[in-house]
Amino acid sequence: MSYGTPQRTSGDAKKARPGRTLFITLLLTAILGGVAISLGATSINLGLDLRGGTSVTLQPRIQDGDTGQVTPEAINQAVSIIRQRVDSLGVAESEVTAEGTGTNRQIVIAVPGETGRRIVDLVGQTAELRFRQVLVEAGSVPTPNDAELVSGLNISAEDQARFTSLDCTAFDSNASIDQPESVLVTCDRNGVARYVLAPAVVIGRDVSGATAAIDPQSLSGWFVSLDFTSDGTKKFGQLTQDVVNLPAPQNQVAIVLDGVVVSAPRINEAILGGQAQITGSFSQLEAQDLANVLKYGSLPLAFDRGEVQQVSPTLGGDQLRAGLLAGGLGLLLVILYSILYYRALSVVVVGSLALAAAHVLLSLALLTESVGYTLTLAGIAGTIVAIGVTADSFIVYFERIKDEIREGKPLRVAVETGWQRARRTVVVADLVSGISAVVLYIVSVGSVKGFAFTLGLTTIIDLIVIFFFTKPLVSLLARSSYFQNGSKYSGVSSRSVGIVKEAVTAEVKS
Amino acid sequence: MRFSGLGGRLYRGETSLEIIAGRKKWYLLSTVFILLSMFALGVRGVELSIEFKGGSSFTVTAPNGTIEQASSAVERAGYTNELRIQTIGDNKIRIQTGVIEQSLSNAIQDSLAAEFGITVESIDTQNVGPSWGEEISRKALQGLIAFLVIIMIYLALTFEPKMALAAIVALIHDVFITVGIYALVGFEVSPSTVIGFLTILGYSLYDTVVVFDKVRENTRAITATGRYTYAQATNLAVNQTIVRSLNTSLIALLPVAAILFVGAGLLGAGTLKDLSLALFIGLIAGTYSSIFIASPVLVQLREREPAIKALNQRVLARGGGSATPSQRIQNRRDKRKKRS
Repeated sequence: MSYGTPQRTSGDAKKARPGRTLFITLLLTAILGGVAISLGATSINLGLDLRGGTSVTLQPRIQDGDTGQVTPEAINQAVSIIRQRVDSLGVAESEVTAEGTGTNRQIVIAVPGETGRRIVDLVGQTAELRFRQVLVEAGSVPTPNDAELVSGLNISAEDQARFTSLDCTAFDSNASIDQPESVLVTCDRNGVARYVLAPAVVIGRDVSGATAAIDPQSLSGWFVSLDFTSDGTKKFGQLTQDVVNLPAPQNQVAIVLDGVVVSAPRINEAILGGQAQITGSFSQLEAQDLANVLKYGSLPLAFDRGEVQQVSPTLGGDQLRAGLLAGGLGLLLVILYSILYYRALSVVVVGSLALAAAHVLLSLALLTESVGYTLTLAGIAGTIVAIGVTADSFIVYFERIKDEIREGKPLRVAVETGWQRARRTVVVADLVSGISAVVLYIVSVGSVKGFAFTLGLTTIIDLIVIFFFTKPLVSLLARSSYFQNGSKYSGVSSRSVGIVKEAVTAEVKS
Repeated sequence: MRFSGLGGRLYRGETSLEIIAGRKKWYLLSTVFILLSMFALGVRGVELSIEFKGGSSFTVTAPNGTIEQASSAVERAGYTNELRIQTIGDNKIRIQTGVIEQSLSNAIQDSLAAEFGITVESIDTQNVGPSWGEEISRKALQGLIAFLVIIMIYLALTFEPKMALAAIVALIHDVFITVGIYALVGFEVSPSTVIGFLTILGYSLYDTVVVFDKVRENTRAITATGRYTYAQATNLAVNQTIVRSLNTSLIALLPVAAILFVGAGLLGAGTLKDLSLALFIGLIAGTYSSIFIASPVLVQLREREPAIKALNQRVLARGGGSATPSQRIQNRRDKRKKRS
């Protein structure tokens, strides 16, 4: 039987070309794919939980005995210093990022591969900035004169031995232990000089600020201007007064960060005013770098290890496989169910899910390329859960079409009027889903953020797919005689819709 | 298919499930569940994971390893406090300790590696500081509140304010039930659980949105036509959408079940299992509440309005009130038959 000739309502005049819409959608998808490939966005970054590695989440707090706030500037400086420390290990693809907002921030360090422990020890340290008087300064490698250099000093035999065997060309800066109250034997950060330094008198906390500047009149080049707190002014004044008249190199004060000498300027005069200038033949970059070191060293920040996770590559591989398997299984179940329930209409479900999947993969690849997106296990879970959300939209639409047929409308009309009603429901439902994804994204910490992200992303893709693919495809199919005749396996047969034939003709709904 | 045939009968009101009229039954059922949940929560509380409590977890892959080996290895490393050891699957052992220093964590790793003859790098380790839990608990709570407020405003704007209220009642119902089940069964609550849990809220609303959309359509001109009471019109809407609701819930459950199956079966504990278990339980509760709680609550809220009261009286006075929608349609058919 036939539902009769479809009536054209004014409403579907502009939707009369589903074939064209479909073509444009597929074309744009193909173009997007082409763009992705030409940009080299052909892979998705996998998170550490999927390939093994170590992640450390640090919670910055104000150091004991200090007052003040954890400012965004302080966090950013901390991030850049921690990044330097991590980079010193030479592991590719390690990441240091700040997360969270306002006073509630975390620093997340993610390092792939098997470096676990060293990273954990390395990044949790508070940056230690200290000012120490130079006792001995020498070249980068041990020489026979070394023993003579340290013999007259009041330092322990251990420190003497350490100095005479110190080779700065093979120096592990992480092994340098900097105790403020004892003598320090170390290298400068370029590995070109060895130092024996006196106990620290002035520490980072005594510095109130540092800036790189250039004096336009004297043409003396870039310098770093340093301000001390009132306490620091006294201590630094004393230190400079003590050393200013000593012979070189003992009239130098070394600036030591994390146990390594950053700079060791000579003191030309006692500095009592709380303001010092470090001059030298600095380039702009060097001056700014030194100023940053001084500023960072003065940060009153300490870090608590919030969470440390070490995932072995074996577990990472297992989790990746499990995620993919769950995804495949979920997809299969949804497709089987829709075939059982919607028969031939499931072609639409399969096609739409395939297109949505293609869009998700493309988006993730593009995001990997452009903003360094990383897919975590939770992210994979988000996409799998989203299969359900996407399929839900189809059901809402299909059931609406059935409702319209039950009202006695022919299929071609039912497809359009059903869409007009389903559209609202789908949009509202997707918005609710979208809002929850955004809220989840904002409040979640660490790897579970990935879940919210992919859930939100797929919700948007769901909307695009159902508007520009599913709907036109259904309209197109509704033109075929197979569906119009309500054939047995069409999914819109009178049997699956559940209409009694007489009712269609007899009952007119108001 | 019989099921879809049922959909047609439900749609036309030939078969009618008395959802609204039977509301006292559903309320009673839910109250019992919620009381049970609160009791379980009060007596046992929920089992919190180390992310909330702080502590460390070590997972070693050792096909022939025993719990005793693990226990003595941890003891040798110098840790003697609270300890929980369990086997996962057939080749893994997980050791959970209280909050420990990084150095002790390293010592335990070394000791375990020596005991089981594996490398330190192959041990999956998680160390959580004592204040970390507070941080994520606070964020989860913030999220819950922010979510409820935003959704309520949104629904009140798109639907009717009373629909928003009814939807939120159903939502809180789901929260109680899900938390209660966690407390009763003793499932562990991790941050992934919380995330799954917050996601359910979105889902539960999704279901309710589908039902309410139809309710609104059916009741739009209700006072003008005066054929149905508000309760009858809503009941018809619930009946008309019930197949759709069950369908959407079932299809949403399928991928979640796949994650749960694979996550719990292959990986034991972890992100996948925690997330999908919360979703699984919450989805079922959400489907139930969108049908049996949200709509009856909406009817009760609306029936207090003078206009709706007047409508109900009018319909009842005409003797329509006693008839269910299915009977009314039958009446109409009979009349039509008489006429012809």
